[in-house]
Amino acid sequence: MEEKASVKVTSSKEVRRRERHRYNRREALAGYLFISPWIIGFLVFMLGAMAYSLVISFSRYSLATNVAKPAGTANYQLLFQDPKVAASLANTLFYAVMAVPLEICVALSLALLLNRVVHGAGFFRTVYYLPKMTPSVATAAVFLLLLNGNTGAINQALAFFGISGPQWLIDPAWVKPSIVLMTLWGVSGTMVIFLAALKSVPRELYEVASLDGAGPVRKFFSITVPMISGAIFFNVIVLTIAALQVFDQAYLLFWRDQTSASPEASLFYGIYLFQQAFREFNFGFASAMAWVLFVLILLISLVQVRIGNRFVYYESEKR
Amino acid sequence: MATTDTNQAGGGPLPASVTPTTDPGPAAASRRKVHPPRSMAARIGLGGVLTIISAAFLYPLAWLVAASLKPRGEVFDNALIPRTFSPQNYVEVWNQLPLVNWVINSFLIAVIAATLVTFSSAMVAFGFAYFRFPGRNFLFGLVLATMMLPGAVTMVPQYLIWKNLGVLGTWIPLFGMNLFGSAFYIFLQRQFFLGLPKELFEAARIDGASYFGLFRRIAMPLSIPSLVVIFIFEFQASWNNLQSALIYLNAGSVEGFTAPLGIAYAMTKYSPTNGGQGDYQYVMVATLLITLPMLLLFAFGQRHFIDGVATEGRKG
Repeated sequence: MEEKASVKVTSSKEVRRRERHRYNRREALAGYLFISPWIIGFLVFMLGAMAYSLVISFSRYSLATNVAKPAGTANYQLLFQDPKVAASLANTLFYAVMAVPLEICVALSLALLLNRVVHGAGFFRTVYYLPKMTPSVATAAVFLLLLNGNTGAINQALAFFGISGPQWLIDPAWVKPSIVLMTLWGVSGTMVIFLAALKSVPRELYEVASLDGAGPVRKFFSITVPMISGAIFFNVIVLTIAALQVFDQAYLLFWRDQTSASPEASLFYGIYLFQQAFREFNFGFASAMAWVLFVLILLISLVQVRIGNRFVYYESEKR
Repeated sequence: MATTDTNQAGGGPLPASVTPTTDPGPAAASRRKVHPPRSMAARIGLGGVLTIISAAFLYPLAWLVAASLKPRGEVFDNALIPRTFSPQNYVEVWNQLPLVNWVINSFLIAVIAATLVTFSSAMVAFGFAYFRFPGRNFLFGLVLATMMLPGAVTMVPQYLIWKNLGVLGTWIPLFGMNLFGSAFYIFLQRQFFLGLPKELFEAARIDGASYFGLFRRIAMPLSIPSLVVIFIFEFQASWNNLQSALIYLNAGSVEGFTAPLGIAYAMTKYSPTNGGQGDYQYVMVATLLITLPMLLLFAFGQRHFIDGVATEGRKG
């Protein structure tokens, strides 16, 4: 294994050395010119913006005078003392821990079902994909009424089965499940990624396993899961990053007019950051919040990559 | 932070719809086979389950259509066929809300945003695909890494940049970023360019074409299928974008809102807790009218959307 790796490295080094000799100055210049829009955008709106944001997070920024006065770690101290930051972070993590595994399970189950269909798979896939095309405001506007605790369709359906539904949008315990429900309605993007991964699993593996007497459960855990582990890994990372930044649904259902029926339960990190930045114009505080979120997302992603590297199977390893 | 292997990304698979070669080859054909349930009963059971799930996915949309046709008192009766048809909602909504302005604003912004990002991303992608220059793989890895950057981190400084440029209150902050290309589209378009036959470019070089001529006269005309994909992806993203509108347009007049911001405004306007009359039927009409263009877009570009999303999963 190690020998192979070292051979690979030297060969790619050789290739690179050879390439360096072949760089044509005019060609290289033209290449840089073509990618220059991205370089400018990256330097100004990403790297520059992040540096700017870091400076502001250590400053007291006045919107009126457009001056950032150095304030040391004041914003970060305030942030760690602010109970709303702690509450919004707890809400966000709670939501992510509930939403991501559910999204993965539902999307994977749907993909497995669709993967077995011979006729009409395209039809079902189209139907399942429609919610993904629905703008988030439209989803929120409809679910605002569907989730109404007294007259909403969801509670009426539950009542049909003799279940007395909760006050989804008011009861603090049900605020986050409401958003999870809306997210699950649009789970088809994740499903499509799983479906593509399932289609690329060589069928022979299942045939061999069948000959060895493996049942469907065994085949799922010993073939399907390892073979699509790359897609699972990708989806977990992307969905986690999205969940930690949850905004649209929470804003539309609870914070449109700055007030919420259950402010403790529905204040998410993204909402509080947005309020601090663009309603209170506390840019220093909001930037500090943004950096805390950035570091948090980075740490969570790194842990996920660490764990992922242990079990993810990449097709390219075979080559 | 993203686990992007630049060497691997170069050989990554393409979505079927944007692959220049149409023949998938025998290997792909044998892979595509599924193993269907054996017995008839199992097949019917599977179909039944899928149909029930379809109903769950379709119900909110069907509910929306029904509610948009109901008079005020019946919106909450949850009947999928209105007891009293109230098509006048569709006439009255234009008096109730500046829906025309919202749709025109959103449409123009989406067209500009999508046009800009399509051209800029294609240009950058051509740079990465055709030319060899020092640092190319590193820079392309950086492009892919930016896809993982959370938007919340750059939200405030980008606002301040636009403020310092003096363009707050205009539409520029809503699509200005698109001048500089967008990571996923650059990735997608680069893959497409790499699939074009090299001989075409060599022949054109011999005929004296400039580098920009290669891009404009050969690469771009041959890439229309994938350029269309980028255009409709960005059109959708822009059409649905609530947060930017909240940041940059919320302080302005209601007529200047985009469609998503307008719907958010309407949801509050008619809410009884804000002194509204609970005329949710108008919100539902407006909601349906801004959803329909997306469903139409999907009807035309269905394969592009699904293949594009699947590609997103493979690059990781």
